[in-house]
Amino acid sequence: MSVTTPFPAPVLRAAGDSALIVELGDGIAPDLNAAVHRLDRRIADARLSGIVETVPTYRSILVQFDPAVTAAEPLGQALLGLVAELTQSTAEPQLRWIVPVCFGGAHGEDLDEVARRSGLSTEEVVRLHCAADYRVYMLGFSPGFAYLGGLPELLHQPRRENPRMVTPAGSVMQGGAQAAISPIAMPSGWHLLGRTPARTFDLKREPPFLLAPGDRIRFTAISAAEYDRLEGISGYLPDCETITPSVALMQGAAA
Amino acid sequence: MTTHLRIVAAGPSSTIQDRGRVGYQRYGVSVAGAADPLLHAAANALVGNRPGEGAVEFTLAGDSVTVEGGPVRIAVAADAELAVDGEPVPGWTSLRLTDGQTLRIGALRGGMRGYWAVEGGFALQPVLGSVATHIRSRMGGIDGGALKAGDRLPLALDQAADRGERCLDPSLLPTRGDRLRVMLGPQQDYFTPAGIEAFLEEDYTVSHEADRMGCRLDGPAIEHARGFNITSDGIPLGAVQVPGTGRPIVLLADRQTTGGYPKIACVVGPDVAALAQMRPGERLRFTAVDAAEAGRIQARHRELVDGLPALLQSAGGFALYDSGRLLGFNLIGGAVTGWD
Repeated sequence: MSVTTPFPAPVLRAAGDSALIVELGDGIAPDLNAAVHRLDRRIADARLSGIVETVPTYRSILVQFDPAVTAAEPLGQALLGLVAELTQSTAEPQLRWIVPVCFGGAHGEDLDEVARRSGLSTEEVVRLHCAADYRVYMLGFSPGFAYLGGLPELLHQPRRENPRMVTPAGSVMQGGAQAAISPIAMPSGWHLLGRTPARTFDLKREPPFLLAPGDRIRFTAISAAEYDRLEGISGYLPDCETITPSVALMQGAAA
Repeated sequence: MTTHLRIVAAGPSSTIQDRGRVGYQRYGVSVAGAADPLLHAAANALVGNRPGEGAVEFTLAGDSVTVEGGPVRIAVAADAELAVDGEPVPGWTSLRLTDGQTLRIGALRGGMRGYWAVEGGFALQPVLGSVATHIRSRMGGIDGGALKAGDRLPLALDQAADRGERCLDPSLLPTRGDRLRVMLGPQQDYFTPAGIEAFLEEDYTVSHEADRMGCRLDGPAIEHARGFNITSDGIPLGAVQVPGTGRPIVLLADRQTTGGYPKIACVVGPDVAALAQMRPGERLRFTAVDAAEAGRIQARHRELVDGLPALLQSAGGFALYDSGRLLGFNLIGGAVTGWD
C-alpha cells in the first residue's frame, strides 16, 4: 500500500491496525530530518482527530491512532495533505541547548584514542565538537537517548570493537557518523569523549526530558572543577536559546 | 492505616501493568502495559475497576499475597489453582479477604500470563502517566521492577465496598487459535515473494527467547530482497521484524521504540495478546488480512472489552469454601485451556 504525492516524495506505509508510517525519504541527512520535524509539528498543530501519538525518526513518522475514532484511509489522506503543505512552511523557531562538557581524562576515556585515529590533537577534536551544530535526529533505544547528527566528517569512525558494559550517565559519545549524550548509565560501544553535568533524563525533574526531536545542541568545553560545581546544582539545566529556522537551515547545510 | 497487600512469595515474573505509557515514545520511552489487555480488563471488571486500572500480570505462576488491613476485594483472571489460607477458592470471581488472610495463586494450567486485580487499584505514583512496569528502563510499578517477596503494595481503598461478589464465565471469552492475523507492511518491500510466501504459508514455533519485549519464532527463514538494514524507524505493537537470520521476532508491549530491522508485517492487536499467551514450542501460522478486516477485528475486540461488565454474574448465594460450587467453576474454567 503506497500512495505518493509530488514533494518530497512521501510514502504512506501501513503499520498494523492502529498506526501508519509517513516516510519522507531514506537515509540520515539534515534536510530530510528537518522536514520530518516540520511535519511532526504540523501534525500536532492540525489536531487531527484520533491521533494517539507520533514518533518522529530520521526520515519518517510513526503515527499511532485510535481505530475507534479514525481509520487508516482518511488519516493517511489528511497526513499527505499536511506533507503537501510542507513546501510553503514558514520558518519555525527551534531550541538550541548549550551543553557544557568536560572533555578527556576520567571524564572521556576515549578522547585520546579518537584523536589518534583521526590524526588530530585532542585539542583539535574538542574544538571540532564544540564548533559543530548538532541536531537531535531522533530519540530511541532507551528513555532520553538522543541520536545527534552533525558530527564533523573528520571524526567519523567505527564503534568500539569491545562495547563497555557500563558508561556513566551524561557521557558525551560518538559512534559512526553520530554523537549522543547518554541519559542514564548504560552499556555502549560508542567512544567516550567527555561528560556533561546536564542530565538529559531525570524523572524527578519537570520536564524529565531535556531534549526533544528536532532540538539543536552546541557543546562548550568546561574544566573538571566547573563540572563538579554544575553537577552539585540540584535540577541543573543548561542554557538554551531560541534560533530562527532560516539560520538553522543554513547551519544545517554547513554541518 | 493504609491497607496493603504483602507479597509473601512472588511468581517468576510478576509486574504491575495498566494500558501502558502513552505519548512518550518520541522520547524513547517504551509503552509497556498488559500483554493481554482482555484478561487484564477482565480482572479489573471482576472487582469493579475501570479497564485501565493497574493490576498484576503474572507469568506461568502467580503470587502469594497477605492482606494487611482491609478487607480487600481481589480477583484472579486466570486458569490457575487458587487457595485462601490453604482452602481452594474459584478463579474468575471476586473474593473478599480480611486482615491476615493469604491468597496463593498457583501455576497456570495453560497460557503464559494471568492477572489479579484489587478493588480500587494500587496507590502508586504514576510515572509519565502510567503505573505500568518496564523493567529494562526501571520505570513504573514498584521501583521499576518485578514483584518480590517482602514487597508491600499500598492499596487505594482501605476497605472493600460493601457489595456482593461477581464472577465471569471464561467460556464467554473468545477462543484463541493458532492463526495470527497480520497486516503486511510497513516494509514488505524488503522481502522477496518467496520470503513473503514462507511467512504466510509455513508454520512457525514460539522459541524460548520470548518475553514481554518480543517473541522470537523458529521456522523457515524469511528471505530479504535487499539487505536487512533500514534507516531506524518507529515500531508499532505486534510488528514482525526480520533480522539477518531470517527468523522473525514479533515485538510486544515492552518493545523498544525504534529499530533498524525491516518489518514484514504487523500482527493485529487482539492476536498480539494471543501470541503473548503462547508457550515455547507452540506452533502458529500467519494469515494476511487487509486494513478493513483488521479494523473489524479491532472493533469486535473493543466491544468485547467494553462489554465485559455486562458479562459478569452475581457470585452471591454461595459460600467461598463451598467445594461443590468450586468444582463447577473449575469445570467452566477448563474452557480456557482452549487458548493453549
